[in-house]
Amino acid sequence: MVKRVIVGAHYGLRDWLVQRITAVVMVLYTFLILGILLMAPPKHYLAWKNLFANQAMKLATFLFLASIFAHAWVGMRNILMDYVKPTGWRLVLEAAVALALFAYAGWALQILWSV
Amino acid sequence: MHFRIYRYDPDKDAQPRMQDYQVDLEASDRMLLDALVRIKSMDDSLALRRSCREGVCGSDAMNINGKNGLACITRLSDLKEPVEIRPLPGLPVIRDLIVDMSQFFKQYHSIKPYLVNNDPAPEKERLQTPAEREELDGLYECILCACCSTACPSFWWNPDKFVGPAGLLQAYRFLADTRDQATSERLDNLEDPYRLFRCHSIMNCVDVCPKGLNPTKAIGKIKDLLVRRTA
Repeated sequence: MVKRVIVGAHYGLRDWLVQRITAVVMVLYTFLILGILLMAPPKHYLAWKNLFANQAMKLATFLFLASIFAHAWVGMRNILMDYVKPTGWRLVLEAAVALALFAYAGWALQILWSV
Repeated sequence: MHFRIYRYDPDKDAQPRMQDYQVDLEASDRMLLDALVRIKSMDDSLALRRSCREGVCGSDAMNINGKNGLACITRLSDLKEPVEIRPLPGLPVIRDLIVDMSQFFKQYHSIKPYLVNNDPAPEKERLQTPAEREELDGLYECILCACCSTACPSFWWNPDKFVGPAGLLQAYRFLADTRDQATSERLDNLEDPYRLFRCHSIMNCVDVCPKGLNPTKAIGKIKDLLVRRTA
């Protein structure tokens, strides 16, 4: 096959926006947790359990974790695009990262709603 | 003054080496290029590019004490000894301080660095208001010396795919021009994970630009245009 440079995938903007928006979500959640720890720090197991039994807290935590996973996906793919040159290897590693992140998301759901 | 200069002639040398030079400077030697010209008169095997010697042509871009810059506008008095001079990083070395800029110019050409306007040419010229013209300030001054692109890790890893800061600054120069009619095609050409989105805004380009330009800001404006087109 002729060796030529293939570009023109016509995407990238969405990932870039996702990375920025998820970063904002993570900052907001960090402030929320800091606020809770400063204003009404849970002192024992039951207090922690009550905190995370709250549906709003579950949703906020899930949004935070989903943001981490989406953010990590964009970042990890960027790293793989920069450093892994053979397309086959890059595809395998990108798929592995994506599958791992999906699995983590499922795991996170299970943990959060088991409280 | 003590200089340590990268020497490499692929025809003769197996490996690049650093060569030391002690130079007696004269009162009129103010810029690094003056010293390099003096070294060249001592050792004419040293190869470097230079032309206008006043920061306009962009020929004598090189890596000076670890930072890219133009030798002709780098003051000797600001340099710590020994002054380490290397070719621009990330491009193939032809000889000594001379690098092969083909890849850099290929990326520059890929953004179509000319006005695209299909209207019949007016009798005199295509006019702009002063405000419209002002949009091009900070963009048109680029002299294509390649200091920025060769300071950019994303360009080091993907020089064949990533346009690089110099090319993207020029891309925005034409996107920002009210006389240009190819905005959408230009954005199509750039909307690509490699061509535009390898930029992660680390601003090495801004740090080294000898003309004080800001490619990162221009790249941000390209992204803004893409968001406006999509969102």
